[in-house]
Amino acid sequence: MTAPDAAARPRRRFRFPPAATAILFAALVGGVLVLASGANPLNAYYQILAGSLSLGSLPDTLNWAAPLVGMAVAAAIPLRGGMINLGGDGQMVIGGLTSAAVALYLPAPGPVAAAAAILAAAIAAGLYASLAAWGETRHGIPMLVSSLLLSYPAVGICSYIVRFPLRDTTTGLPQTRMIPEGARLLAIAGPLNIGLLIIVAIAAAAVFLDRRAIVGYELRLRGLNKRFAGYGGVDLEKQAMLAMFASGAIGGIVGAILVLGSDFRFIDEALLIPSYTWSGLMAALLANGEPFGAIIAGLFFAALQTGGFAMQRETTIPRVLTLVLQAIVILFLAVRHGLGRRNA
Amino acid sequence: MSGWITPFLIHSAVQAITPILLAALAGSLCARAGVFNVALEGKILIGAFAAVVASYYTQSATGGVAAAMIAAMVFSLILAYGATIFRGDHVVICIGMNLLASGLTAYLLRVLFGVSGVFSDPAIVSLGKIRIPAIRDIPIIGWGFFSQTIVTWIAWGLVVAISLILFRTPIGLRLRGVGEQPDAAETLGVNVAAYRIAAVIAAGALCGLAGAQLSLGAVSVFAEDMSAGRGWIAVVAVMLGRANPIYVAGACALFGLADAMSVRLQGEGLPNQLTDISPYAVTLAALVISHRKRRRAALPSSEVDAASPGGVAEPQPDTR
Repeated sequence: MTAPDAAARPRRRFRFPPAATAILFAALVGGVLVLASGANPLNAYYQILAGSLSLGSLPDTLNWAAPLVGMAVAAAIPLRGGMINLGGDGQMVIGGLTSAAVALYLPAPGPVAAAAAILAAAIAAGLYASLAAWGETRHGIPMLVSSLLLSYPAVGICSYIVRFPLRDTTTGLPQTRMIPEGARLLAIAGPLNIGLLIIVAIAAAAVFLDRRAIVGYELRLRGLNKRFAGYGGVDLEKQAMLAMFASGAIGGIVGAILVLGSDFRFIDEALLIPSYTWSGLMAALLANGEPFGAIIAGLFFAALQTGGFAMQRETTIPRVLTLVLQAIVILFLAVRHGLGRRNA
Repeated sequence: MSGWITPFLIHSAVQAITPILLAALAGSLCARAGVFNVALEGKILIGAFAAVVASYYTQSATGGVAAAMIAAMVFSLILAYGATIFRGDHVVICIGMNLLASGLTAYLLRVLFGVSGVFSDPAIVSLGKIRIPAIRDIPIIGWGFFSQTIVTWIAWGLVVAISLILFRTPIGLRLRGVGEQPDAAETLGVNVAAYRIAAVIAAGALCGLAGAQLSLGAVSVFAEDMSAGRGWIAVVAVMLGRANPIYVAGACALFGLADAMSVRLQGEGLPNQLTDISPYAVTLAALVISHRKRRRAALPSSEVDAASPGGVAEPQPDTR
């Protein structure tokens, strides 16, 4: 079984771009699934499109896209270096709770408190994420496993803190008090707030660092060939810690933006229900860790999910179908086009 | 301390171990064949869902178990063929499968039963317990096993069976060869892809059993994402036990004990948000300790160690 190298194979005249083929394939499989549950797939897809890209629904799409793209960038950074961070949920929750605590208890004028809250969220979540990198470099625990296993205690402890020490006892729900108005993120229009701009800035910085800076070059080098990067003088341990810190910090900022800009309090499990982490990870995988591609894929998944709400409203099809579609896209690309294959 | 080890604690520990043990045996088979299977989590979930659906419609727990195994085996085909014939990246495929399992079960739950979150119904027949009153009062073993499902007995039987197959039969020898030196195995006429496909599908059957125990064993409900990291704990158990079924079972016993202990701690008045984290904390601690021991035993090869904790090399995507 000596399969010829992909590059050596004679070029075919025309090839569909892999991503488009994958989306088409996912739409077909999803269509069969919808058909089997007794609904009209064409109507379902029409509702998704209309519910995400029509003029009236664009703000909602953008509002959904901000955290999702944030988590996509967070996942893309380690992935670019051949590492996988599965602990986004824990990092996001740590960031969210930290920002709520700082915004509630720091005796400072509103905007200062908000800035401090976001900074604290980034640091807390970043440090927690780099714990996984430290475990790999010092204790040989693979990051793939440890980042995920560390996520459960983080979620559990934050859940405890919001249920007991920081609980708003005036309501019956597990949530903190409302954050004072001055410390909330300014609204732009409708559901959008300046958190969106922060995400745009982070995304732009990630693309710039990836393409133009030495750290980005070294990280790509590691992703292509870790041993060569080490041989070439890259401090692999430090690099792993930094990449995970950056990834976790972005996850923390996403949590903070959701708390300070949308919910105005930390509510137990509210950050995890939309599963931004996993959609973001899939977007990053789709682009193989390339930040710009991850951002585009994140926007696409955000549109898909926002459209999913419209579909659920207008038809009988549950919106979790969009998660299935995303997973099929990834699987198709991984199986058919060697997505993520390290020696490709 | 002796007051802590109660018959109830041991009994619930054995119950908690079963799904993790079955998944870890599945993971060991794959690791031995050179497939880094981290889709255990998703396979358990598919198994748990299929078990509840089939038990609900056929009114029989046996039907549920059979459906769970078949569904998880079919689901495993993605990894079986994706990682061999199509040469996809194991980890990416597995992450995709875990997410697909989570989304698909949630979707079907809503479409089939019109509920979200948790599905329970009196029509779901749970697995019967095999009661052996004779061993009831024997400390530890008897406490643990006097009243368990058939799946638990199968799981511990499989520990022995898989050990024998792996280390005492020609098939086991070839399977290990495929994992350790695929090129050499190929040269000797062993069909590498076929062995890997078979290992992954067999792993699917084991994970299906694990799922059936989860949803029909102690309870008879399906909850979204009810596998709750058990597949990942199984991955760790495979690493700690170096893919040797006996050691892997030991690692699983540790996690099961931690799980049962967390229930016990809840009884002492600790909030369950805190006690729920104990299995994960124990898992992480075990990883750190085991690595430390090994490093003291063999200092020079720290570079290799870091890449393959537990001695089970993460298989490099070979050029086949």
